[in-house]
Amino acid sequence: MSEKMIHLVIDGNKTSVPEGTTLLEAAKAENVKVPTLCHHEDLCIAGNCRVCVVEVDGWRVLPAACATPAMEGMVVYTNSPQVRRARKDILGLLVSEHSSQCTTCYRSTSCELQDLASEYNIDNEIYINLLKNEDYVVDRSSWAIEKDNSKCIRCQRCVRTCAELQKVNALDVIYKGADMKVTTFFDNPMSEVVCTTCGQCINRCPTGALTERRYIDEIWEAIGDPEKHVVVQTAPAVRVALGEMLGYEPGVRVTGKMAAALKHLGFDSVLDTDFAADLTIMEEAHELLDRLKRKLVDGEDIPIPMMTSCSPGWIKFIEHMYPDHLGHVSSCKSPQQMFGALAKTYYAKRIGVDPKNIVSVSVMPCSAKKFEANRREMNDSGHQDIDLVCTTRELGHMIRQAGIDFKKLKNSKFDKFMGDSTGAAVIFGATGGVMEAALRTAYEVVTGREVPFDGLNIAPVRGMEGVREAAVKLENVLPEWSFLEGVELRVAVAHGLTNASQVMEEIVIGDSPYHFIEIMACPSGCIGGGGQPIPTNAEIRQKRAEAIYTEDEKMKVRKSHENPEVIELYKDFLGKPLGEVSHHLLHTKYTRRERV
Amino acid sequence: MARRKLKRVDLIFSKDCSCRDILADALKKPREEIIRMLIESGLKGRGGAGFPTGAKWKMAAEEESNRKYVICNADEGEPGTFKDREILDRVSLKVLGGMALCSYVTGAREGFIYLRHEYRFLIPKLEKTLDVFHKWMDELDLDFRVSLFMGSGAYVCGEETSLIESMEGKRGEPRNKPPYPTSDGYLGKPTVVNNVETLVYTMMIMRIGAEEFRAMGVEGSSGSKLFSVSGDTPKAGIYEIEMGMTLEDFVKEFGDGDAKAVQVGGASGFCVPRKRFSETHIGYQGGLKGFSLPTGGSMMIFNSSRSMYNVLHNYLDFFEEESCGQCTPCRVGCQQLRKGIEAIKRGEKSHKYLNDLLRLSETMKLTAKCGLGQSVANSFASIVENFREEMIY
Repeated sequence: MSEKMIHLVIDGNKTSVPEGTTLLEAAKAENVKVPTLCHHEDLCIAGNCRVCVVEVDGWRVLPAACATPAMEGMVVYTNSPQVRRARKDILGLLVSEHSSQCTTCYRSTSCELQDLASEYNIDNEIYINLLKNEDYVVDRSSWAIEKDNSKCIRCQRCVRTCAELQKVNALDVIYKGADMKVTTFFDNPMSEVVCTTCGQCINRCPTGALTERRYIDEIWEAIGDPEKHVVVQTAPAVRVALGEMLGYEPGVRVTGKMAAALKHLGFDSVLDTDFAADLTIMEEAHELLDRLKRKLVDGEDIPIPMMTSCSPGWIKFIEHMYPDHLGHVSSCKSPQQMFGALAKTYYAKRIGVDPKNIVSVSVMPCSAKKFEANRREMNDSGHQDIDLVCTTRELGHMIRQAGIDFKKLKNSKFDKFMGDSTGAAVIFGATGGVMEAALRTAYEVVTGREVPFDGLNIAPVRGMEGVREAAVKLENVLPEWSFLEGVELRVAVAHGLTNASQVMEEIVIGDSPYHFIEIMACPSGCIGGGGQPIPTNAEIRQKRAEAIYTEDEKMKVRKSHENPEVIELYKDFLGKPLGEVSHHLLHTKYTRRERV
Repeated sequence: MARRKLKRVDLIFSKDCSCRDILADALKKPREEIIRMLIESGLKGRGGAGFPTGAKWKMAAEEESNRKYVICNADEGEPGTFKDREILDRVSLKVLGGMALCSYVTGAREGFIYLRHEYRFLIPKLEKTLDVFHKWMDELDLDFRVSLFMGSGAYVCGEETSLIESMEGKRGEPRNKPPYPTSDGYLGKPTVVNNVETLVYTMMIMRIGAEEFRAMGVEGSSGSKLFSVSGDTPKAGIYEIEMGMTLEDFVKEFGDGDAKAVQVGGASGFCVPRKRFSETHIGYQGGLKGFSLPTGGSMMIFNSSRSMYNVLHNYLDFFEEESCGQCTPCRVGCQQLRKGIEAIKRGEKSHKYLNDLLRLSETMKLTAKCGLGQSVANSFASIVENFREEMIY
């Protein structure tokens, strides 16, 4: 297909771009970085910060490069005196409504406004500080997300994230003019509004206005307490992103260094959420087969498709938005919570520590995990199963704070027990990974053979398309699964809650063709989670995903049911998947929530 | 060019014509002929921005779409403007006639009057007129229906893309342009948004012909226009006058003998001091010697008892509140200008700070997303530059 090309001149260089290209993109193609704040690759164009203005010959005004398409014959200047002056004024204005206490800001050194203010040599004194006392009140009501209006520059990236990517609309703009601000429904505390705590807004906030609620100090305190035995687990997606906090390019796997760093930090047991991910697969695959049996053989009214339950942002979403369909969600706890319930029961007993002295910490790519850990029902061990959750970012901060030269660390291994994992567990970190891991196990349980995909890689469920589907035909099944003979197991994978609601709408109208659906709240799955290093964009997430699949390839064991520790756990403690102990410790119930 | 005196005109409110007959005659003409007449007449949008009406209709007519819309912008919110209210109150059939004409030319089958919230008292009367109008449409065999849409009181919704956003149920905030409403307007469809007065003039051009209309006014600013005269004047009210008059003639006619400044075009317009009255014309840029200032009709006269600091402060208060808050230059800039002049007045900032503020207003003019933020500099710079001492002392 031949695209119409537009010819223009950017800073004296003749160039041509396909029709529809913005001036921002056209400049980028010429290796000119026009500064932006409200622009984000994942989101629609807003054109409201005006930092990206450029000069165009013959134009009365300076158009915003992000929102102006290249037009035939345009002569564009991205760094003319007029442009420099205008940008400097605009940045000065933004600084005047922004709390510039950078020294105590969590986003200092990763703040886009700070970077530009420094680049443009902004004089903080020129404009009058517009902040009012009440602007400095930080909303810390949520377990997961802190909102500091004094740092908001009203770029509305969070608003667009919540609306476009997540279809939640927890954040929106209220009032106009000088009073205009970004806030929640009726300006209510974050904990009282329909917010899934997914944290995607945090990932796209250019400043420190939205951050995760931090538990760094509590974790240090626990580590420093000689009475406490501090157990730490790290989620699959952390190991392919943590490096970005510590000087590596995106997509570098730092599993061994991360384990070493955690030991340096002083955690008593450095364990792996991946172990619990394998356990989740055992329970979830059997739950799926059990549901199918009860539906097909026993004729029970069991909701099919079954949907995954690993993503706490997704869980809160369905609780708010589709409370009548909670029966579709697997009763399996997420790997974090399975791990937590075991850490203070089986593991405590095994290492001979009183569970009340165990502090269970998890490092997650996620902000919603903070909320999940604090759900009332998550105390099946007799204690709060997970005490403290920190994000990949917080761990990066702790490692830097401890003065660890991360790049020079020697690789270390996770401790035993609950440190062993498989390739099936690590791919939990990418969208489609839970599905792939579950299929590797479920197929083998039913047929006694490995999934019929090249090298165990179930390509149709991989990738970044919003909703993907696949089908696996079950043939020559083992005798006890004869009711599944010839059944085509239909599955779907969705990531990002806008895509999730698309899948849900089919269920609502009773027209879902699937047996099993994996949903991850965040775009690209946990690798794009709300606790991951900032910035985020499709390219970075793709690199993290590639790292995840490489990690899988490198593992000796790549199927959850072959994890030796999981096998041992069932033999020693749980009995069998969906058994009584599992039921008590590893499964949960969901709560109907209001939509407003 | 010879100096022109004020020339009163009586087109808009004249009763000696049948709207229905004008429309019936016009509908016999080919569409291209009507567009040609409008272009030849030199009619420019009377809301203030002055976009050539014929060109706008032509663009919408040339768009291919199964749906198109005509919107009458009756969100008259510019301080000091009250002409559209009068038009809708007295000659609303002429407005509807203009919309029907536009419907015929562009192929739009649906129209709306976006009515300023404060004008809701007009609703019963307008609804009755609409009944008459729709009967005409049936008789003239034109598939066109008009309904009322109520604004909610935001000034920025007079800006056409904000108006459209608000009609779509969203926050009234301007869109990025391009694309323009003539291609992507209401519900993404080609849409013509015209001011109330503009629509009446399209009808009047059909009545008197392009030649006669063009014979009024001056080169580049043809025809006549309604002016809302207010402030220190013994003759506040609405007057239809030929374009191109000088402020000197205007003040002679309407002033109280002590006029020190005229604010042309409302809060978003320019303030002209007495010493510039003779060289300032009312009209669009070009074609006139000296200064020419466009206006949506607002003409506010201030006499020597008025503090221009208070006038400016009042405008800035207005903009600070009426900015949609979306873009940085307008949201923050308005606050800084207001706080800035306060600080200078109180002596907390040096008078030299006025220069920083002037530069800021220039940046707002160059970089704000819509006409609101861009035009704050008009009144700010013209008042500060001409009455600098009043800002300081």
